[in-house]
Amino acid sequence: MARRIRGLSDRAIAWIFVAPTIVLLLAVNIFPLIWTIRLSFTNYRANRPNAEVSWVGLRNYERILTDSDVWLTMQATAHFLFWTLFLQVLIGFALAWLINRKFKGNDLWTTVIVLPMMLSPAVVGNFWTLLYQPQIGVFNHVMAFFTGADPQQFSMIGDVNLAPWAIVIVDTWMWTPFIMLICLAGLRSIPDSIYEAAECDRASQWRQFWTITIPMTLPFLMLAVLFRGIENFKMFDLVVQLTGGGPGNVTTLTSIDLKREAFEKWRTGFSSAYAVILFVTVFGLASIYVKALNKVKER
Amino acid sequence: MSGFSITEPSGRQKTIAGVLVVTYALITLLPLLWIIGTGFKSSSDAIAYPPKVVFEPSLEGYVNLFTTQTRQSPEYLEANPPENWYEEIVHDKGMVIAGASRFGERFMNSVIIGFGSTFLSVFLGTLAAYAFSRFRVPLKDDLLFFILSTRMMPPIAIAIPIFLMFRAAGLSDTHAGMILLYTAVNLSLSVWLLKGFIDEIPREYEEAALIDGYTRFQAFRKVVLPQAAAGIASTAIFCLIFAWNEYAFAVLLTSGTAQTAPPFLPTIIGVGGRDWPAVAAGVTIFLLPVMVFTILLRRHLLRGITFGAVRK
Repeated sequence: MARRIRGLSDRAIAWIFVAPTIVLLLAVNIFPLIWTIRLSFTNYRANRPNAEVSWVGLRNYERILTDSDVWLTMQATAHFLFWTLFLQVLIGFALAWLINRKFKGNDLWTTVIVLPMMLSPAVVGNFWTLLYQPQIGVFNHVMAFFTGADPQQFSMIGDVNLAPWAIVIVDTWMWTPFIMLICLAGLRSIPDSIYEAAECDRASQWRQFWTITIPMTLPFLMLAVLFRGIENFKMFDLVVQLTGGGPGNVTTLTSIDLKREAFEKWRTGFSSAYAVILFVTVFGLASIYVKALNKVKER
Repeated sequence: MSGFSITEPSGRQKTIAGVLVVTYALITLLPLLWIIGTGFKSSSDAIAYPPKVVFEPSLEGYVNLFTTQTRQSPEYLEANPPENWYEEIVHDKGMVIAGASRFGERFMNSVIIGFGSTFLSVFLGTLAAYAFSRFRVPLKDDLLFFILSTRMMPPIAIAIPIFLMFRAAGLSDTHAGMILLYTAVNLSLSVWLLKGFIDEIPREYEEAALIDGYTRFQAFRKVVLPQAAAGIASTAIFCLIFAWNEYAFAVLLTSGTAQTAPPFLPTIIGVGGRDWPAVAAGVTIFLLPVMVFTILLRRHLLRGITFGAVRK
């Protein structure tokens, strides 16, 4: 198509059209990322821009990897990741499977289920604190109704044992629809003919489910888990508003810890190293996972 | 495409599926309805024990949200009777309206930054998507992957240098700075989504226009853009929803003039502790546009959230 019909050549237009996007992304994403890596080898503090900056080599990295508090936030993050993904996959897949049955009005109810994930996580976290209030919160009363406990006896966000579950519940409420939508796409991508063939072979419904439905939606499900995993690994806004990392440090996920180091303690060099470690972890885990995903797809 | 043809679920199966899904949907809806309801409670009803399901509606929360109030002496209150319904609500608590609160301002910041960055990211995204869709761009696949990968970056990892950059460039806490930042974050979504939409428009239309003597620009403007209009509109709404909901950058990089609503809402505090009706009113006003968009957008939803990574 490289022809020239009055005005600019196609090649020139292509460059003019693509250049602003690339320039902006380099300026606002890649340049800062390189800067973060550079800062991670220094003892720079952003609140003291005039102080002398010296190179400290790998000392920041060493301190992070040997800090027991950092390992505790990693554990909190892992706990959060495991339970949110587990619950969301379970409920999300079940919902998609049910919705795929095309009962009356399923379009309307699907839209209702999808609503929470379109909302602002910070604002959602903020208003759930009202629902979780120890006495006036409606959540306690609903729980009390089902379990018979005294609604005044527990506080979801004030109790060290319950607070991690408080964030898991809200995240599940908010993001199960995401997994559901992608599973639904997976279920709809299975051609009818496969089920027809299975029917001819007199395969039971149960067998069809395990040998057709599950394997054929698995790549979609894994993709959904990848997206949610990356998002939840860097989870910040929802949890900051909901529990602020407390009580104590039980809901301090790595991003929250990182924010404190960077913008409250102003240990810029240290927190840059922290950011780099998290970044490398996400990309490392994600690329291993993508390899596994591609294997599943090939089957 | 759809479901099972031979193994078409029976009526009973459908009913069970329907009941389960509707139950889940109602559970999903409850917190939202509760918060919207709380916005219309009086402050005493909002903190009632046990929580009140039935209550007398009040606009107190909305009045408190949009105004700041000061306590006044009984003499002053008697000498200055309330002039309208909202002053009356405030007057009943022994207070008078001192002026507008900062909620309106913060909300406007959300609107300016949201729409500004949406316009820019859709504008730049459309140009880039067109070029990627129609021309032989060198390293096309690598560039597209690079654009996608910027979405994976945790905001916190690049927030520190952006903070320093903005400070040096005089962009910190400005609308322009936030618009640029959100534009960059949204570009990946916008390029990928729009490329998908433009790929679906047959090339023959433009070729016919070129043969008729149009220039490339004219063909782009008069043939491609109108065809892609629906795709551009839904991309714009996804960009807007993101910018509208963003919190991490907003809380780290803005403090006064350019602060958007998400970092502001949690700071609403009443006279005696948290003013829950006012918070709920603010949340409701903030969430409603997105809820409406979601309902309008439901057909494009899947593509938007995964930027076409899942083929339908």
